[in-house]
Amino acid sequence: MEVASPRFKARAAHKLADPALQKALTRVKIKFVPARAQAAADFGDFEALREAGRAIRDRALADLDLWLERFEREATARGAVVHWARDAAEANAIVLAIARENGVRKAAKSKSMVSEECALNDALEGAGIEVIETDLGEYILQLNHEPPSHIVAPVIHKNKEEIADLFEEKHHRPRQTGIAELCREAREILRPHFLSADMGISGANFVVAETGSTVILTNEGNGRLVTTLPRIHVAITGIEKVVPTLEDLSVLLRLLPRSATGQTITNYVSVNTGTRGEGESDGPQQFHIILLDNGRTRVLHSELREMLACIRCGACMNHCPVYQAVGGHAYGWVYPGPMGAILTPLYVGLENALDLPHAATLCGQCSAVCPVKIPLPDLMRKLREQQVERRLRPAAERRGLKLWAWVARHPRLYALGTRLAVRYLRWLADETGRIRVLGLAPEWTSGRDFPAPEPRTFRERWQAGERPGAQPGARP
Amino acid sequence: MNARELILGRVCAALNRDAAADAAARRGVDAHLDARAVGPQPAVTDDLVETFMQCAAALSSTVERVASADEVPARVAAWLQAHGLPAQAVGWTGPAALDWAAAGIALEVRPPRADDLAGITGAFCAIADTGTLMLLSGADTPAAASLLPETHVAVVPRARLVAHMEDAWRLLRAEAGRLPRAVNFVSGPSRTADIEQTVTLGAHGPYRVHVVLVG
Repeated sequence: MEVASPRFKARAAHKLADPALQKALTRVKIKFVPARAQAAADFGDFEALREAGRAIRDRALADLDLWLERFEREATARGAVVHWARDAAEANAIVLAIARENGVRKAAKSKSMVSEECALNDALEGAGIEVIETDLGEYILQLNHEPPSHIVAPVIHKNKEEIADLFEEKHHRPRQTGIAELCREAREILRPHFLSADMGISGANFVVAETGSTVILTNEGNGRLVTTLPRIHVAITGIEKVVPTLEDLSVLLRLLPRSATGQTITNYVSVNTGTRGEGESDGPQQFHIILLDNGRTRVLHSELREMLACIRCGACMNHCPVYQAVGGHAYGWVYPGPMGAILTPLYVGLENALDLPHAATLCGQCSAVCPVKIPLPDLMRKLREQQVERRLRPAAERRGLKLWAWVARHPRLYALGTRLAVRYLRWLADETGRIRVLGLAPEWTSGRDFPAPEPRTFRERWQAGERPGAQPGARP
Repeated sequence: MNARELILGRVCAALNRDAAADAAARRGVDAHLDARAVGPQPAVTDDLVETFMQCAAALSSTVERVASADEVPARVAAWLQAHGLPAQAVGWTGPAALDWAAAGIALEVRPPRADDLAGITGAFCAIADTGTLMLLSGADTPAAASLLPETHVAVVPRARLVAHMEDAWRLLRAEAGRLPRAVNFVSGPSRTADIEQTVTLGAHGPYRVHVVLVG
């Protein structure tokens, strides 16, 4: 997928000015946030569940090589073929080779963010293979040649009228406007593709080392169809998705849907192990599992390793004030929201996503709801530090930070500086105590006012004898 | 060096274990696989039937109880009729042993087709905590029977009701030894909320799931 992350600021400004998108984004707050809160409360000790989930992910990452080897052994013993791909190009080449060897003309796909990382659809189409996205949201996006804007609800940025227009144009059927009718129409269009596809392509939410299984969570049933009907199933996933046992899986299956949509379980959880058995009338005759690195081992080696614990629920973006304001497309790559603000620079390069670690208020909501307790704001701070260390920030900003650091180490100078700054800011303010234009940071006040500070600094008030609880100005 | 060795080599380098740590890690992996420790579970009441019925209903399944298996065909026929559905279905071998013809239902045991209107299956077990059916693929239990038809009817003995998913895994290990090609956990009719986050039933799979709890 093309990386548009360097243009985050411009894209975000554009999204903020899009009234249809702004209306669509209110659904994040109205639907996902309360649903997750209710599900967590209903569970009882959700905190203990989060702790357990994190421990499982930490265990998997701590001995990742051993769990992957075990997974490979078990999967292979059951007739699956495990492939390893260093990067997106290698993953695409593997899928293409399987397709060529088997004369595949059509592939039906269920939702996979890893395949978005690889731009797999473009690679297959470039080789003359028809690819049909079958998740309703992804299908709509494919019709409109758009990337997803949310990892769980990919078409959250569109309203039903836009989808009705699109279906009318592409399906050449009478325009439907009801949501149920639109869903029915997509079902009728997509059903023949499931039946005629030579290859089913899925991701994997998890792979289980104990059994060599891939696991997918879906609500629509398209994931079941693409892993049941076509003669070849290709599952593509990241190396970090391994979990040790079925018991560990059960914990993560409790965490993921509750955190994502507030569901206690997704409609379907499909655990696929090996190929079609003797006498079976359905199931693939070939099962290929592609384990993708694409930057993950680099992250494992870094101080941001815990980002690999992510189970892709989307709770961080649902609760993020920045995501809620600009939507997923502004982030410019596969993963939006706080998790994307970290994964994008890690996977496509810090220099290609300079604004993303700053696309946060550091309010901490994301880590408060993360099912595996990833301290996302801390990781964003680390990326900001790396930007400064690697001299990727503008020279003026770096000099400014250096100056500030120097002053902060000289208390008298710092006190003088803040005293002057407070007086300067009060001089800038109008009679209502608001600053309309901030001289040194006009961008900050282009869309809002800056409040004037108190007349005296904390230090001045402390030296004057003010203490907590005392009346202002009163002497002890 | 091939991709496999390269990736595993990079993982090893990142984890940076010495020989002693490596041996300890290997023992830890084996011990964890043997222990199969169970994590936090939602509390369920002693009345698993009541819990299952409530949780299944919450996810839009319908559930009815019958005292004995003999009653199942007539009750399913009545349910199909009440929903305006034709009395014909494709079915698994297990439930096919019941006398469906006597209840006026034409049940065929064969690989499911896209134009089948109803699928009648059993279930390996059912999980009370989430109102879930656990279906195993097999020669006599095709996965498509619960997937292609617009209506899915599952006949589940009361004795096969367990509290949590971990109990289902335990049962599967004890009775089958290993996982079948597909374990499908089914919790209600297929659904989507992709358009305006509005839940719509019957996305790509069944529009309705009816569970008959026997005993």
